Amino acid sequence: MTTSPHTYADKAAEAAVRATPEPLVRRVRALSDKAIAWLFIAPTIALLLAINIFPLFWAIYLSFTNYRANRPNAEVKNVGLGNYSRVLNDPDIWASMQTTAHFVFWTILLQTVIGFALAYLIDRKFRGHAFWTTLILIPMMLSPAVVGNFWRFLYEPQIGLFAYAVSFLTGIPTSEIQMLGSVNLAPWAIIIVDTWMWTPYVMLICLAGLRSIPDYIYEAAEVDRASNWRQFWSITVPMALPFIMLAVLFRGIENFKMFDMVNLLTGGGPGSTTEVASITLKRDAFEAWATGRSSAFAIVLFVAVFGLANIYVKALNRVKQR
Amino acid sequence: MSSANTAHSVVEPSARSKRIAATLVILYAVITMIPLVWIFLTSIKSPPDSISYPPKILFTPSLEGYCNLFTTRTRQTPEYIASLPPPEGMCDAVTRERNMVIAGPSNFLPRFTNSLIIAFGSTFLAVGLGTLAAYGFSRFKVPLADDLLFFILSTRMMPPIAVAIPIYLMYRQLGLSDTALGMMLLYTAVNVSLAVWLLKGFIDEIPREYEEAAMIDGYSRLQAFRKVVLPQATTGIAATAIFCLIFAWNEYAFASLLTSGSAQTAPPFIPTIIGEGGQDWPAVAAGTTIFLVPILVFTILLRKQLLRGITFGAVRK
Repeated sequence: MTTSPHTYADKAAEAAVRATPEPLVRRVRALSDKAIAWLFIAPTIALLLAINIFPLFWAIYLSFTNYRANRPNAEVKNVGLGNYSRVLNDPDIWASMQTTAHFVFWTILLQTVIGFALAYLIDRKFRGHAFWTTLILIPMMLSPAVVGNFWRFLYEPQIGLFAYAVSFLTGIPTSEIQMLGSVNLAPWAIIIVDTWMWTPYVMLICLAGLRSIPDYIYEAAEVDRASNWRQFWSITVPMALPFIMLAVLFRGIENFKMFDMVNLLTGGGPGSTTEVASITLKRDAFEAWATGRSSAFAIVLFVAVFGLANIYVKALNRVKQR
Repeated sequence: MSSANTAHSVVEPSARSKRIAATLVILYAVITMIPLVWIFLTSIKSPPDSISYPPKILFTPSLEGYCNLFTTRTRQTPEYIASLPPPEGMCDAVTRERNMVIAGPSNFLPRFTNSLIIAFGSTFLAVGLGTLAAYGFSRFKVPLADDLLFFILSTRMMPPIAVAIPIYLMYRQLGLSDTALGMMLLYTAVNVSLAVWLLKGFIDEIPREYEEAAMIDGYSRLQAFRKVVLPQATTGIAATAIFCLIFAWNEYAFASLLTSGSAQTAPPFIPTIIGEGGQDWPAVAAGTTIFLVPILVFTILLRKQLLRGITFGAVRK
């Protein structure tokens, strides 16, 4: 074995350290920045590896097998891309994707329009606006599951407050307002609850956007005698657009994953009219116990969200640079 | 242009537009509060009042829902109930009026306790780990830092059910199924990504010069972190903690799939509260009210930090 001069130097340094013993405290205190950086970051990375990444790879592995979680001792066979081709050719899965798309589209549209309008009104800074803003925020802090469950009661056709209020305002008999029982109304029932819960979130982000517009731009527009309408469309909307797009991104990702509220409100029914992707996934994985196939579906979903989000972020950055 | 306007800056909205804005915002706020007020009202209705048509706004308040939430009851013959000693306490009396006797405590209290332990435990862990990692990312050159941060955040894009499949299998192998520890670790892992992201922003805002000055005065890096950075980051840490707490408190998807008995939290439990012949809505409403009150109080007391956290987190991402 050859010994490089480098190790001699190290040995000399070690000897010097031994000759002048430092108290342990000093040595801990003198941890190098690099050591501290890794010491601080490693636990988080380790936890994420154990609980996020390792399971993800396991799911990828399972997606190529015929494994069934309720038969752990059965022989596990490699089925190649079989699960993926079954998932992508399954009309039920495409139907649930379509249900999800309908849900995501309408919730985002309603929340953006109402949320932006509210933010614009709150930005008029009328007296007491802070108090009313806090009240408006409350629904988004609450548990979608627990509150969604209670909406079942509000939606009851005979005794529920929602049906009663709608019937009171429109004259339609309450027995016809079967929000959760009717194939036509159930998709709107979940859209209403989601909009009720999450409009405040979109409002908050839009409000941050409106407040980021410097006053001098409006002052300059006043000098140029631009009308309020003109100011709204050529200053307010374009400058708040990156924020609106962010809100759309976050709500889009969240609602693509939607499970809790829908599971409790309709459970995917009636029939499969409100069966969003996560509900299909749950039925496949935890009721039919088709672990391999449902893992393939989960990976497809993840790739879809990830891919769409990345394309969207590119578009967002282009808008920001304008 | 009215002369009243000239006192203000040109961008100050007119009094009329303020009035219109106030009316619309207050109208929205009132409508949005109705479902929540209805939850509370239902919780203090007697079961017959709760399911009357048309829905009752005026009624005699009753605590039967709360009694039913905390107890299990069995039906008995009137003769048997007449033979019992006089009722002890209000719940006993209310139950006997319905020809029932209290058989024992319900599962609500243990489930609620589970929620408390798991939510606070995981928040503590997530914020602790998150603060350390955020400091590491903020102050040191970490190789591939941007990729790591993006990767940390992207773990939140997975649908919870997709994550639950392998976690379910892994926990079954490790004996962590239906344990508070398992749920705590899972919620910590979910929350730590948000915590790192938010906290890095807060710590980035603290000037490095503070620590450097402290280190010139003889503090080590660790001491500077503890005595200079941590006190400066308190607001950010508090805001992050509220977010983690709200997530863990409200979480349903993992809880419903991975817990069924001893570690079950309140969200999957509350929808299962049933009485004779269907859902016992006053009891469900009572459970919902008790479950929502802590978050309601948090939201109102800490609204400033919350607002900062939401918009800030959003803008940074």
